[in-house]
Amino acid sequence: MIEFKNISKKYKDKVVLKNISLKIEKGDLVAFIGESGCGKTTTLKMINRLIKPSSGTIYIQEEDIQKKDIIKLRRNIGYVIQQTGLFPHMTIKENIEIIPKVEKQDPKVMEEKTKELMEMVGLNPDEFLHRYPTQLSGGQQQRVGVARAFATDPEIILMDEPFSALDPITRVGLQDELIHLQSELRKTIVFVTHDMDEAIKIADKICIMKDGEILQYDTPENILKNPSNQFVSDFVGKNRIWASPELIKAKDIMIESPVTCYANTSLLRCMEKMRSNKVDSLMVVEKRSNRLLGIVRAKQIQNHSDRRIEVKEIMKTDYLYGNPEDSILEILRVVEENHVSNIPIVDQDKILVGLITKSSLVTTLSQQYLNDEA
Amino acid sequence: MNFFEYLALNWRQILSLTIEHIKLTAISVGFAILIGVPLGLLISYIKKLNKPILGFANLIQAIPSMALLGFAIPFLGIGTLPAIVMVILYSLLPIIKNTYTGVQGINKLTMEAAKGIGLTKFQILRKVQIPLALPMIMAGVRISAVTAVGLMTMAAFIGAGGLGFWFSLEFEPLIIIRF
Repeated sequence: MIEFKNISKKYKDKVVLKNISLKIEKGDLVAFIGESGCGKTTTLKMINRLIKPSSGTIYIQEEDIQKKDIIKLRRNIGYVIQQTGLFPHMTIKENIEIIPKVEKQDPKVMEEKTKELMEMVGLNPDEFLHRYPTQLSGGQQQRVGVARAFATDPEIILMDEPFSALDPITRVGLQDELIHLQSELRKTIVFVTHDMDEAIKIADKICIMKDGEILQYDTPENILKNPSNQFVSDFVGKNRIWASPELIKAKDIMIESPVTCYANTSLLRCMEKMRSNKVDSLMVVEKRSNRLLGIVRAKQIQNHSDRRIEVKEIMKTDYLYGNPEDSILEILRVVEENHVSNIPIVDQDKILVGLITKSSLVTTLSQQYLNDEA
Repeated sequence: MNFFEYLALNWRQILSLTIEHIKLTAISVGFAILIGVPLGLLISYIKKLNKPILGFANLIQAIPSMALLGFAIPFLGIGTLPAIVMVILYSLLPIIKNTYTGVQGINKLTMEAAKGIGLTKFQILRKVQIPLALPMIMAGVRISAVTAVGLMTMAAFIGAGGLGFWFSLEFEPLIIIRF
C-alpha cells in the first residue's frame, strides 16, 4: 500500500533520514517509535508531502506520490496531529465538514456523514456540533480531530502522536476506541508515538527508528521476543513482555526435549529412566513419529507390583495437553483448574513437541524479577 | 456669546463640515485597508519584502504631516486629493504591521493542519488566516482611524473641507462675530 524506497532527508549538514526503505501493507496499523529526533515524524510527513525527501521515492498503491496532485493526495489522506489542529474560529461541525465543503458536497449528505462520524468517535452530535473547539476537553477535541480525518473516507490515516498531550485515562480510552474502530474499518494507519506500551497495544507492526535509520520493523510479538540489537532490547525493556502476557506462548516456555519412552517399555525400565533423569513422569510416544500416546507417572508404577509389564498397559491416555500457540495465561488456567503438575505440548497431529511442568512455569515467571542477576 | 449659543447659530455649517470630515476620513481609511491588508499578507508570505515595506511605512510615519502635505501639493494640487493621499499614507503602517503580526501569530500547528488536510493556499488564506488574523487587523484599523480623524483637520488648510475648516481663517462665522 505504502512503500518507501531509499528515502533520505538532509537539512544543510544534518542527515535526518538515512536511506529508509519500508513497505506498509494495506489495513495495517504501523507504529513508528523512537527517541526524539530519530526521524519518525519526518517519515510520516513525507507521506502527505508536507516534507520533501532529499532523495528516494514514496509510492502509494504503486504510484509515485510526487507525480500526484498534491491537494488531491492530501485530501485522500486523513491527518491527525498532537493538540488536534482544530480551527478555533469554526464550530465542530464546520471543522469536520471543511474538506467536504470545499469539495462542494451536498449539505444534507455532509450533515448525515458528520453525525455518523461523531457517533463513531463517541460524541453526541446534538450536544457538540455547534460548539467551538475551546469549549471541549482535550480528549473530546482529539476525538473531533479523528472524526475530521475520517470525513473524506480516506484509505490512509496519518497520526502524529495524537494522544500524547492527553491524560493517561483519556489516552487509554482513545487507544481502545482506535483499536475498536480499526477492527471494523481496517484502514491503513501510520501512527507516530514515543510510548512503547501504546505501540505494543495498538500496532500490527512496529518500526523502531534511531538516528534516521530503521532498527527493526516487525510485529510487536517479535520485537518483544527477538529484539534485533542491544538498543532495541534496552528501548523495549526486558520486562515489557510481561505487560502483555498473552504474547508469551507455550512454545516460548516449554521444555523442548521431555523425557520419553516407548509403549512397549517395561515399567522397570521406566522407573530407571525417571530416576536417572530426575523426573516424576514420562511421555509415552510412538517410535519415530514421536506421536504422544500417553503419560505415565512414578506414582502409578509404584502402586503396581509387577514391573515387567509394558507401560502401555497402565499409561494414562486421557491426559490434558496444550498447543504450542496457547498463551501462558491459558496454560496457567488449565494448571490451576485441573491441579495437574505437567502439560504436554503437542501439535495438531498429536506429535509431542514439548512439556510444561509446574517447576518450568515457576522458572519462567520468576524471570521477570530475577533478570538483573542473569 | 458662549459655546452653546455659538453652536445654536452655526449648527448647519458645523454639521455639514462634520459629515464632510467623516466622508474624507472614511475614504482614506478605506483605501488604506485596501492597500495595507494585502501588503501585510504579502510580507507574511514573502519574508524578503518584510524589511523594505515596513521600512517604507515607518519612514512615512516619521515625516511630519504638514510637511508631507507640503510635498504632496506640487504633485497633486490642492483640495481633497492631496489630503486623502496623505491620510492614506499615514494610515498604512498600523494596518500593514497589524496584518503581518496577526498572520504570524496564528498557531503553527493550526497552519500545519490546514495544509495537511488538503486546503489550497488560497483556501487557507480565506478560511483560516484572515479570520484568525482579523482581530489584530481590526485593531490596526482602529488605530489608523483614530489618527486619520485627527490628521484630516489638516485637510482644511489646503481647501479640502472638513472640520479643520472650522478654525481656519476662512470660516465665515468667525468673521461674523468679529464684526
